[in-house]
Amino acid sequence: MSTIAVFLAPALVLFLLLVVAPILVASYASVFKWNGFGLPENNVGLENFTRAFGDPTFRGDLWRAFLLIALSLVIQLPVSLGLAMLLNQKLSGRRAYRLLFFAPYVLSEVTTGVLFTLVFSPSRGLGEGLARWLGADAGAIFADPDTVLFALFLVISWKYFGFHMVLYLAGRQGIPRELTEAAATDGAGTWQVFRHVTLPLLGPTIRISIFLSVIGTIQLFDMVWVLTGGGPIHSSETMAVTMYQYGFRRFEVGYASAISMVMFILSLVFALFYQRYVLRRDTEGAITTRGVQG
Amino acid sequence: MTAHLSRRSLLGLAGAGAGALLLGACGDDKADDPNAPQTINWWHIQNTEPMLPVWAAMAKEYEAAHSNVKVTIQPLENEAFKAKLTTATQAGSPPDLFQSWGGGVLKQQVDAGLVKDLTDDVKPWIGNLLPASVQPFTIDGKIYGVPFDIGMVGFWYNKDLFAKAGVTAAPKTWTELLAAVGRIKAAGVVPIALAGKEKWPGHYYWAYLAMRIGGLGALQQAAKDHNFDTPDFVAAGQRLKELVDLKPFQKGFLGAGYGTPDGQAATMGNGGAAMELMGQWAPSVQASSSTSKKGLGDKLGFFPFPAVDGGKGSVAEAFGGGNGFTVGKNAPAATVDFLKALLEVGNQRKAAATGAVLPTVKEAVDAIKDPNNKTVAETLASATGFQLYLDQAYPPAVGQQVNDSVAELIAGSKTPEQIVKDITTVAKSQ
Repeated sequence: MSTIAVFLAPALVLFLLLVVAPILVASYASVFKWNGFGLPENNVGLENFTRAFGDPTFRGDLWRAFLLIALSLVIQLPVSLGLAMLLNQKLSGRRAYRLLFFAPYVLSEVTTGVLFTLVFSPSRGLGEGLARWLGADAGAIFADPDTVLFALFLVISWKYFGFHMVLYLAGRQGIPRELTEAAATDGAGTWQVFRHVTLPLLGPTIRISIFLSVIGTIQLFDMVWVLTGGGPIHSSETMAVTMYQYGFRRFEVGYASAISMVMFILSLVFALFYQRYVLRRDTEGAITTRGVQG
Repeated sequence: MTAHLSRRSLLGLAGAGAGALLLGACGDDKADDPNAPQTINWWHIQNTEPMLPVWAAMAKEYEAAHSNVKVTIQPLENEAFKAKLTTATQAGSPPDLFQSWGGGVLKQQVDAGLVKDLTDDVKPWIGNLLPASVQPFTIDGKIYGVPFDIGMVGFWYNKDLFAKAGVTAAPKTWTELLAAVGRIKAAGVVPIALAGKEKWPGHYYWAYLAMRIGGLGALQQAAKDHNFDTPDFVAAGQRLKELVDLKPFQKGFLGAGYGTPDGQAATMGNGGAAMELMGQWAPSVQASSSTSKKGLGDKLGFFPFPAVDGGKGSVAEAFGGGNGFTVGKNAPAATVDFLKALLEVGNQRKAAATGAVLPTVKEAVDAIKDPNNKTVAETLASATGFQLYLDQAYPPAVGQQVNDSVAELIAGSKTPEQIVKDITTVAKSQ
């Protein structure tokens, strides 16, 4: 017992200091009108929260988070899945493709942001050049409030599809060949094998990949900050960007803390419900019975 | 093995952290005696050539003359400085000597008791400085900082492109400016470069228009009354909208940065637009962002923001700001003396000679070599009034709201009447 305590202590101290303590401080600060100097004194109750939900920018943040999640689920993840299935086939240069598609994930978000700022530079970017060649006009998609969110989604997808693809690929390779062969022997076509054997057995992987994608979107910051700063006119702003603007630009630390609490609660509630209802079968035995199931 | 190592290094880190806390606690007791051994912790934002080595040399010189003083310099990039200072001040431990623009942010630091009142210390020599430069650092009659650089915002224009469009004289009124924009556009040239992504360059237009229409008093009164919902501010928005309606900005300006490879400064420096409304640093940033790294050279000209017909403000009133240093509450005694040394005529001359600083010490003004800098300094010297950038002058929340609101006006999503209401709402909540 004491050995456990000794080994646990450093990690526990760090966890308490760097994770639990900031959450507690933020939740405390979130009920004050506080500019961050000295100690918070002006307790305003839940006013910061009602203000957030009445603010068109913050409500917009929620809507944009929902849109980005929906786009990810409908476009990004299926594309990643499709590519994973393709790269599971025997084709020449398979390793090279896998490496190539995974490469964007290795770049940091800031590097990706700077890269795409250059690609979509309105005057001399690669995107503008390509668009001109196609007879279209695409150079300013980051400067147009109507297109900026989709441009952002494009960059996010470019960066993360490789990651999801590798997850699916690993999941696919864990499916025993006998099962697909048996189905094929029973007369199932390619689509039927995929639909009734591969897809159900990929379930746990897909569920985890959706989970990571949703949580990542709720907390999206770096890439937006570098690419657009949340603009033009808030049309690509996310909750984390709004929080930064209020905390570090306007010195309204109380209000910024309230926004961070909303983000935290959204992530927590989503994680709890998702684990309870969606991931239950996948984690059974590992979490639900404390890992001591006979 | 790696796990073992990383755990050990984590423990080491925790230990070092605890040690640092202890050391920090020891360092807290103030050195009131200027002759006792002491270390001045100095944060500045001239983190590149040409000023970086100049500051370092001045600190070395001071250390050589005062063997008991050690100056630790922390050069930081502008945005990094703001983020780092925010955490330091919110933790109640500001650096000893640090960058400040004065105004509303400084006032917050003063209210929180984080910076020293320098009024008595600087009294013997503050008269050597241009009065307008000290104004942003003066709060309720007390001086909390000393500026080393002062400048103003005005129109920087490309003489060749103006000539190409047949615009021979610099516009003196807003109507003339709008006419010039029309002619330049008709000549197939982008009239104005603007960094829409960064918002602060846009606020210059609205602020200057409000100054020309309502006069300096209107801006100060608004700050006092927390009320921007006045006919003068609405009119400023309407005049700005006249300009925006001409679509004078470069393609994709809403997403353009200021100093980025295709931002506002680069567009100007590469000859891609005829003018920009910018501060005294414009020529040097145009040069460093341009493809040739040389900028426009002698093709670049400067004219003050034009008058507005029927406006109360004079064209001789300047809008701008500068850079200065404030002294943290725990600073050792020698800090003020070191600050005085930095502001000596000889040192100000050295700074002015780099072309990156417009000196605040009157006697050093003759050391300005660059002709564009000279024009700015002369215009400023003859200015009859001075207004600090609104996003610095007002409390941070109000300043940022001004930037946000003007950006919305320029993007066409809000009307002049709506934005003054939005700004007033924030001002009243402060």
